[in-house]
Amino acid sequence: MPTTTPSPPPKPSHYTRPLRPMGDAPKGVITRVSGPVVEARGLKGALLYHVAWVGPERLIGEIIRLAGDVATIQVYEDTSGLKVGDEVWDTGAPLWVELGPGLLGGIFDGVQRPLPLLTQPDDQGRPQEPYIARGVILPALDRQQRWPFTPAVNDGDHVEPGDLLGTVPETPHFHHRILVPPDYPPGRVEGLRSGEFRVREVIGHLIPDNGGPRRPLRLSHRWPVRKPRPIRRRLDPNIPLITGQRVIDTLFPIAKGGTAIIPGGFGTGKTVTEQSLAKWADADIVVYIGCGERGNEMTEVLVEFPELKDPRTGGPLMHRTVLIANTSNMPVAAREASIYTGVTIAEYFRDQGLDVALMADSTSRWGEALREVSGRLEEMPGEEGYPAYLASRLAGFYERAGLVETLGQEPRQGSVTIIGAVSPPGGDFSEPMTQNSLRLVGAFWALDVNLARRRHFPAIDWIASFTHYHLDDWFRDHVDALWPELRAQAQRLLQEERELEEIVQLVGSDALGDPEKVILDTGYLLREAFLQQSAFSDDAFCPLEKQFFMLRLVLAYHGAVKQHVRSGRCTFDQCIQESAPIRRSLFRLKEMTLDELRAAFPDLLAQIEHWSQGRH
Amino acid sequence: MSSLLTTLYRTGHFAAGPLLIFDRVKDVGLGEIAIITAPDGKERLGQVLELDGDRAVIQVFEGTAGLDLDRTLARFSGRGARIGVGLGMLGRIFDGSGNPIDGGPPLAPEALLDVNGMPINPYARAHPADFIQTGISAIDGLNTLVRGQKLPIFSGFGLPANELAAQIAAQAQVRDESGEFVVVFAALGITHREASFFRQSLEASGALAHAVLFLNLADDPAVERLLTPRAALTAAEYLAFEHDLHVLVILTDMTNYCEALREVATAREEVPGRRGYPGYMYTDLATLYERAGRIRGRVGSITQLIILTMPDDDITHPIPDLTGYITEGQIVLSRDLHRKGVYPPIDVLPSLSRLMNAGIGPEKTREDHRAVADQLYAFYARGRDLRRLVAIIGEGSLSQEDRRFLAFANRFEQEFIHQGRRERTIEETLERAWDLLSPFDPDELTRIPRTILQKRQRNNKTTSEIPT
Repeated sequence: MPTTTPSPPPKPSHYTRPLRPMGDAPKGVITRVSGPVVEARGLKGALLYHVAWVGPERLIGEIIRLAGDVATIQVYEDTSGLKVGDEVWDTGAPLWVELGPGLLGGIFDGVQRPLPLLTQPDDQGRPQEPYIARGVILPALDRQQRWPFTPAVNDGDHVEPGDLLGTVPETPHFHHRILVPPDYPPGRVEGLRSGEFRVREVIGHLIPDNGGPRRPLRLSHRWPVRKPRPIRRRLDPNIPLITGQRVIDTLFPIAKGGTAIIPGGFGTGKTVTEQSLAKWADADIVVYIGCGERGNEMTEVLVEFPELKDPRTGGPLMHRTVLIANTSNMPVAAREASIYTGVTIAEYFRDQGLDVALMADSTSRWGEALREVSGRLEEMPGEEGYPAYLASRLAGFYERAGLVETLGQEPRQGSVTIIGAVSPPGGDFSEPMTQNSLRLVGAFWALDVNLARRRHFPAIDWIASFTHYHLDDWFRDHVDALWPELRAQAQRLLQEERELEEIVQLVGSDALGDPEKVILDTGYLLREAFLQQSAFSDDAFCPLEKQFFMLRLVLAYHGAVKQHVRSGRCTFDQCIQESAPIRRSLFRLKEMTLDELRAAFPDLLAQIEHWSQGRH
Repeated sequence: MSSLLTTLYRTGHFAAGPLLIFDRVKDVGLGEIAIITAPDGKERLGQVLELDGDRAVIQVFEGTAGLDLDRTLARFSGRGARIGVGLGMLGRIFDGSGNPIDGGPPLAPEALLDVNGMPINPYARAHPADFIQTGISAIDGLNTLVRGQKLPIFSGFGLPANELAAQIAAQAQVRDESGEFVVVFAALGITHREASFFRQSLEASGALAHAVLFLNLADDPAVERLLTPRAALTAAEYLAFEHDLHVLVILTDMTNYCEALREVATAREEVPGRRGYPGYMYTDLATLYERAGRIRGRVGSITQLIILTMPDDDITHPIPDLTGYITEGQIVLSRDLHRKGVYPPIDVLPSLSRLMNAGIGPEKTREDHRAVADQLYAFYARGRDLRRLVAIIGEGSLSQEDRRFLAFANRFEQEFIHQGRRERTIEETLERAWDLLSPFDPDELTRIPRTILQKRQRNNKTTSEIPT
C-alpha cells in the first residue's frame, strides 16, 4: 500500500537535476500499463499536468487525468518492463523548460534533455551509448559554463516583470537579454553584480514592493510549457517575414507573428521547404521542431547549419537556431510535449524583443500522438479517431504566435511566427489535421504531388494556396511601387493559364487562338523562370530586389508579346522565334546574382521594350 | 521480491485469435516474454501487451489454436524478447523468432540483445553520404541510394520487386573502397517459392556465405512476423556497429507485417485508424525503419531495402503511405511499364531518393549529375502529360514541338529505364542521359546551368552550340 515518504529516493541516473523542494512527495502504485499510458493509485493531492516519476527507473511522465483515486500518466519514455505494483511519485511541479544562455545552437529532445550530453561520458566517466537510454535526467542548460554578465540596472532601481536586468554575449553576434521573470512581482533590485556566472547562480535579488520575501535573480529561469508567457498586448502583424522563396514572398507572403501551414503528401517537399525557411527567413531566432520525423533529417540540419552563414549576421546559422528533436521512433508522448517545449522557448526569445520563427515538422505527428494517448484513455473518438479536443489543442498552439508588445516598463516589440508542416494521409487535404489547422492559420502553402513528381520545387500550388496577410503596402514602400500591381498580374495570369490548361487537356494547344497561346506561354515562363527555385543551388535564397527584377522582366516580355499579337504585327509563333535571345536570358535570370542582375536589368528591360516597338 | 521459483499460472481467462488473457498474475512487466504450455505439452512464446490490475494480456506468436483456459499454463521469463547475436550468424538461416533452422549447430552468441533496440540519438548519427552504385540507371541516375538510407520498393502483385531487390543485393557496391555488403534478409510471410528465389540469387552472387536469413514464411504463424524484422534488425545493428560491417537489410514483404499488426489490434478491440489499421502503425513502423543509418565514430552502416505490395496498386493505402512518410524516398514499380516489357519497371515520376543530394556531385559521382537528372525529369513529365492528350485527340493533332517530347518519353523508357539484367556504371548511365538530351537545343535545357553546358561543349565538340 502506498506510503508517504519525505521525497522520492534519488534517481539511479548518472546525472541529477536539482528539483524544486518537494516536501512530502505523494507516492502511488501502478495499477495498469498500456503502451505509453500508465494508471496509478494513491497520488493524493496530485495536480493535473504535474510531472510524475514512474517505476524503478523513474521514467518521466505527466499526469493527464484524475478520476477518483486513479491518476492517469502519459510517460515520455519507453514503458517496457513496467509492472503493476511499481511505485510512482508526484514531483509537485509541472513540465517546464529551462530558459537562459546556452539555448542557442542546442539540440534537445521533446522534454528538453540535451541530446549531445547523452552521447558524452557521464560524471562517473562511463561512456554513453549512441542510443537514448531510459531514465536519464539531464539539465537542459550547461551547469558548468560561466557566462559574462553586464547589468543594465543599478541597485535600488525599480523593475517590473519583463524589464531588462542585463546582457550576456552568448555568441559574437547575439546579446542574450536577461529579464525579470514574468512571474516575479514588481520590486527593487538589490546586489546585482557583474561578472561571470553559471546559469543557476544567484546574481542579485529582487525586493518585492508588496513586502513579500526577496526573490533570487539568476541568468536562467523556468517556465511551464503549457502556459503561454504573458505579454502586454498583441499588435497587428504588418511586416513580412522575408523567406527568400519567390513563390512565398511574391505570391503568398507571411507576416512576422503570423501562422502558416505547409500540407503535402510524402515526397512533396515539406521538410525541404521547412529547412529552407529555417535557413533563409529573416528571423533573429529559429526554433526548429522535428516532431515525429526522420532521424537523418535532424542530422542533416546538425551537419549543414554550422556550415551555413546567417545572412543577417554572417555568423554560423546554428548560432541563431534551437533544435528540438523527437524523431518518429522516440517515445510518442514526448512528441506531444515537443511542440510546447518549442513554442515556450520561442516565446522566451520573443520577450527579449526578437523576431522568432518556429518550424514544426510535422504537426500531424503531434496530432497522432494525441490520438494514440486518447485511444489508450478509451476516450470517445472524434473524426478519424482523433480526440474531440483536437481543434482546441491546435488553436491553443497556433494562437501562441503573434506580433506583440512585451511586458516591462519599456516594452519591446517581438514576434513568434509559426510555420507548421502537415502530413495528410494519402495526401488528402480533407482530413481533420489539415482542416482544423486551416481554420486557424493566416497562410496556406499547399504542396502538390504532381508538381513534385515533375520536380517543380518548391511544389507550392499557386492556385490552391492563399494568404490572409495584406502586405502590399510594405512591399510598395520597401521594394518597388510596382510590386502590388505585378503580383496581382502574375496571379491573374497563372489563374487564366490553369483554366486554359483544362481546355488544352481536351482539345490540344493547337486549337487555341494566339491571345490564349500568349497566356499559356507566360504561365510557362512564370513557372519555369520564376516560381521554380532549387533549394540546392545558389538560387536557394532570392532577395526581394532580385524577385522584383525577375518578375518585372517576365511580365514586361508578356506585355510585349501580347501587344504584337493583339496588333496583328506578328503571329504568336513568329513572336517566339523573333524573341529567342530574350527568352534565353529570361530562363537564365535565376543563375545571376543580385548584383549581376541589378547591373543587367536596365539593359534587359530596354531590350524587351525595344523589341516590343521593333515592328512599328 | 524475486523468487527462485518461477510461478506457473493456470489462470487463463480468455483466449481468441492471437490473444490470451491470464488473471491473478504478479510481478510481470510490460513487453515481457511469456512461455505458454499447451494442453498437449508443447511450448509456444507470447509477449505481454497490457497489464490491468492482476490481469495480463498476452499476444501469442504462434496463435492460440489448440489452447484452452483450464489446462494451458503460462510462466513469465522476467525479460523482454531477446536474441543471441554474433559473427557466427553469417551464412546461417533462422526462423522468424531467431532459432537456427538450417540443421547446423546452435549459435554460440556473443551477446544477448533486446530485439526492440533503442532509438539512436539523432545527435549521434552520422549523415549518410556514400554513393551506392546499384548498376540500375533509374536508381543510380535519378533516385540515388546512399549508404545508411532506408528506401522501400513499392510494388504490386505480380511485379518483379523481389527480382529487383535480389539484383540490388548482388550488385550494390560503394566505389571508393572494398565496400562489400553483408546481407541480412528477413522474409515476412512470403511464399516458399519467393524465399528460395532469394536464397538462390544470393547463392549465385556468392553473397549467401556471409548473409543472415530470417524466415517467417506464408505458412508460419502470422503474429510471429511482428518479431521477425526486430530480430533481423537487432542482428544487423550488432554486425554493423560492433563488427564494423556494412549491412544491407532486406525486409519483404512489409504488407504482411502490417496485416499481422492489424490482426492483433483488432483482437484487442482497439479504436481502429484508417482501413482498420491501428492508429499507432506509423510509430510502430518507425521503430523498424529508423533502425537504419550510420553512427558517428563507428565504421559500419545499415542500409534498408524494404519491399511492400501496394494493395490494389494504391499508393495512398495506409501501408505505402505511412512507409513513405518515414523512409527516405521510395522506388515505385509500374504495371504499365511491366506490361511493355521494361525491366526494371520503375516509374521514376513518383519515385524519390531524399538523400540523393548527399551522395552525388563532384568527387562522388559527377558534377552534372543533379542537373541532368532534373532535366530528364522535366522532359519525361512533359512527355507523359502529352501521352494523355494523345489518347484524346490523337498524335496527328500534336504540334511538331510536342511530338519531340513524346518521342523523348518513349526513348527514355526504352533506352534509359529499360536495361534488362545488364549492369551499368554511373558514367554509362549519365552518358546515356546526355545521349537522350542531344536532340534538344541547349537553350531548351533550362534545368542545366550554363556552366555545365559550356564545360560539356568544350569536352565534346559534337554537342550543338552553347549560348554565351
